[in-house]
Amino acid sequence: MRRGEARRGWLMALPALAVIALIALGPVLWAVWESLYLHDLRMPWLGRRLIGLRNYVEALSNPRFWEAIGHTVAFAAVSVTLEIVLGLALAVAVDSMTRGRGVVRTAMLLPWAVPTVVVGLVWRFMFETPTGLIWFADPLAAWVPIVLADVWKTTPFVAVLLLAGLQNIERSLYEAAQMDGATAWRQFTGITLPLLKPALLVALVFRTVDAFRVFDVIYVMTGGGPGTATEPIAMYTFSVLLENLRFGYGSALSVMIFGVTFLLALVAIRLMGRGALVEPAP
Amino acid sequence: MAAISLEHVGKRFTGGIAAVTDVSLQIAHGELLVLVGPSGSGKSTVLRLIAGLDAPTSGRIVIEGEDVTEIPPQQRDLAMVFQSYALYPHKTVRENLAFGLQMRRIDAARIEERVREVASTLGIETLLDRRPAALSGGQRQRVALGRAMVRSPRAFLLDEPLSNLDPVLRIEMRTELTLLHRRLGATMVYVTHDQEEAMTLGSRIAVMRDGALEQVAAPMELYDRPVNTFVASFIGSPAMNIWPGAMIASDWEKLLVGIRPHDIELTSAGAGDAAGRVEILEPLGPTTLVHVALDAVPPSRARVVVQANSRLAIGDRIGLSLRRDHLHFFDETTGRRVRFDEARPRTDDLRRDRQSK
Amino acid sequence: MSWRLLRPWAIAMLVGVTLFPLYWAAVASFTPESQLFGQSALAPTRLVFDHYRAVFNERSLGTAVLNSLVVAGVTTLLCVPIGALCAYALARVPFRGRTLVLTSVLAISMFPQISIVSPLYLLLRELRLIDTYTGLVLPYLTFAMPLTIWLLVGFFRQLPREIEEAALMDGAGQLRTLWAIVLPLSWPGLGTTAILTFLYCWNEFLFALCFTLGPERYTVPVAIALFRGQYQVPWGQILAGALIATLPVALLVFVAQRRIVAGLTSGAIKG
Repeated sequence: MRRGEARRGWLMALPALAVIALIALGPVLWAVWESLYLHDLRMPWLGRRLIGLRNYVEALSNPRFWEAIGHTVAFAAVSVTLEIVLGLALAVAVDSMTRGRGVVRTAMLLPWAVPTVVVGLVWRFMFETPTGLIWFADPLAAWVPIVLADVWKTTPFVAVLLLAGLQNIERSLYEAAQMDGATAWRQFTGITLPLLKPALLVALVFRTVDAFRVFDVIYVMTGGGPGTATEPIAMYTFSVLLENLRFGYGSALSVMIFGVTFLLALVAIRLMGRGALVEPAP
Repeated sequence: MAAISLEHVGKRFTGGIAAVTDVSLQIAHGELLVLVGPSGSGKSTVLRLIAGLDAPTSGRIVIEGEDVTEIPPQQRDLAMVFQSYALYPHKTVRENLAFGLQMRRIDAARIEERVREVASTLGIETLLDRRPAALSGGQRQRVALGRAMVRSPRAFLLDEPLSNLDPVLRIEMRTELTLLHRRLGATMVYVTHDQEEAMTLGSRIAVMRDGALEQVAAPMELYDRPVNTFVASFIGSPAMNIWPGAMIASDWEKLLVGIRPHDIELTSAGAGDAAGRVEILEPLGPTTLVHVALDAVPPSRARVVVQANSRLAIGDRIGLSLRRDHLHFFDETTGRRVRFDEARPRTDDLRRDRQSK
Repeated sequence: MSWRLLRPWAIAMLVGVTLFPLYWAAVASFTPESQLFGQSALAPTRLVFDHYRAVFNERSLGTAVLNSLVVAGVTTLLCVPIGALCAYALARVPFRGRTLVLTSVLAISMFPQISIVSPLYLLLRELRLIDTYTGLVLPYLTFAMPLTIWLLVGFFRQLPREIEEAALMDGAGQLRTLWAIVLPLSWPGLGTTAILTFLYCWNEFLFALCFTLGPERYTVPVAIALFRGQYQVPWGQILAGALIATLPVALLVFVAQRRIVAGLTSGAIKG
């Protein structure tokens, strides 16, 4: 590699990277720093005292913290599974269409493009229609509209991703299988699924990471209620930060969430394979 | 001083694959050197190394006495014609031709003049205001050539420029390229996998295999005196027959004998140096390619070219008579050419041997 | 065999289910408040514009729309050129550390937004940027920039390499090649990236919620989420607001659906 090229490459990438470093990396490091302090903006006379890891200890011994984690994990597991399965079914159905694909695709993209807040509000409206059942008052039942709203919004996105993967599979493979006498199901399990693995992995990774960050839809639908029954970890942190104004403690929570997500992201990227990121060198 | 000189050039890609190994080559001014070989032989890599699009992992590249190994392609003053032509899709033909000159800050009037000159040489003046998408394959190929010519570069590099054309057009363009080369007197390095193209175009041919040079020589030299079995079977069509020597004569045991299909005469089954049965007849027009299953252990085939009017049928038993002055001998283990007179037996011996079998 | 006959019906049903909530919301936004939850909820006897009028006159949704447009627009205008430069370097210039940068960019787009709220809030407070346009554009760049880079890297990689090599042989340097050859060929990719970036900013909620203080600077998602009624939830108005929030988005999708799909899939999946 020629030296001049390397320098030029870095120079071209620099402005964007500088912005990212300043606004993303910097704050994360600051949050780590901040998490070691007691910093409660409601009680400014207490100042800002170094208290080491006590914020973390408080979080880990707080049942509300663990409940929030539990909510988040359960939500992620259920929604992502539904989204992948339904998305796959949808993608397969659309793939086999010969006409009208454009119309269906537009219909599929709409839920994804709609603001999450709007999705949450509309679904909340649909479930508030008094049918005798009060969904949002029951701690378990409240999850149903939440999950449905999330699945409604993101299944089409997953389907679009998988559809692209499906269309990359050569038709002639299916034709050869047909000549060999394979049923539609065998073709699906023997050709479609294995060749779709990379796309499935990408969809799985992105959706899982997104599910862990869930905030908008739950904020608008239940506000975390009834009580804190539907509170995900992002909302708990939000409540600590902007309602209780406890920045030290809130930062500790932020750092922990960040840590978990970062680990997830690393595992995910490793799974997706470095090959997916950079072309093999010529 | 050579126009282009490669000194022990090697290229190893990340992952350890060696695409080119120790290639040393001198290309003279005004020469049309063809790099030929099967796919994966490294010929395109060598061309890209000369162009500067890839950097060698070892060795030097020298152009007109100047070491350009560290110099990027923009500054090497070479022109390349890509296999896919790589014309700028958003520019007209005129703009495509002018681009290289615009990089040199030449004034617009001179550029226009030069563009017209080149366009008329190639017969594309009427296409100047069209975009590449509106051109046929042959026309695009000329524009690609024109783009290279317009800058009067130190040398032309052509990467399989004819392989995307249909066979008839290919032969037509081949002739035009030859005339163009003669007219311009330019140094050209030409890559192809088609041995016929190589033989007709090149003043010298460099045969490559697995990243290394097998032989560099003038076309007829390669044809008459191939340096090993690979070159022998690669050059010339239909391919040379190469058999274990023992099949013909017992004291040819450690050798491989080669004979081209044109140099075998068919006789009656009893006479000749070998015998067999006609298996396949391929009519080629003026001649016919005959595939003969030989009476030999292990089973071998012979390719023989005969006149189209010879009355042969499948299943006929025939004899093959090998023209003595056209025999090639190669070492059994290395495949390298072995000197003819050392191995040459006397004619009588052959017949005596066969009769005793 | 029977699947083939069922298929068009199945797909029609699917499309119906997908669009039904939006349809219901649209109808409801024109339904007088009294009929919203009654028996004729889905087929009201008359359609009114009351909610829309209220939303603009009493709740200044117009201001929110303006705010959203400004913030989303400015972020997109900043992101795309800077991101394109970076993406081209990552896609085409072989420099050491390239893989690391790509991986990091991807990792950053996976950050939990909530984790950055606390330090950003303190930072913006120091700089007195809370409740300002700049105070929203800056945080938006955090996520819009990696998104832009990711999309454009995928796009640039799909351009045939040989055309850029031809430009090199013609004597053009890397920057010149980018400007004269690559960019003109990249309008589709740049356009799609701009659309997707704009969509992301328009729909964003958390940062807008945290970093604005009042209706003067609320963006559309925040404004409608915070519609509060005196005695009950003003559903008619909320849904009218929701429709208004969805309108530009729906338009963009109609106009650019093919491009959007191409952009999403070329960035996310290689090959």
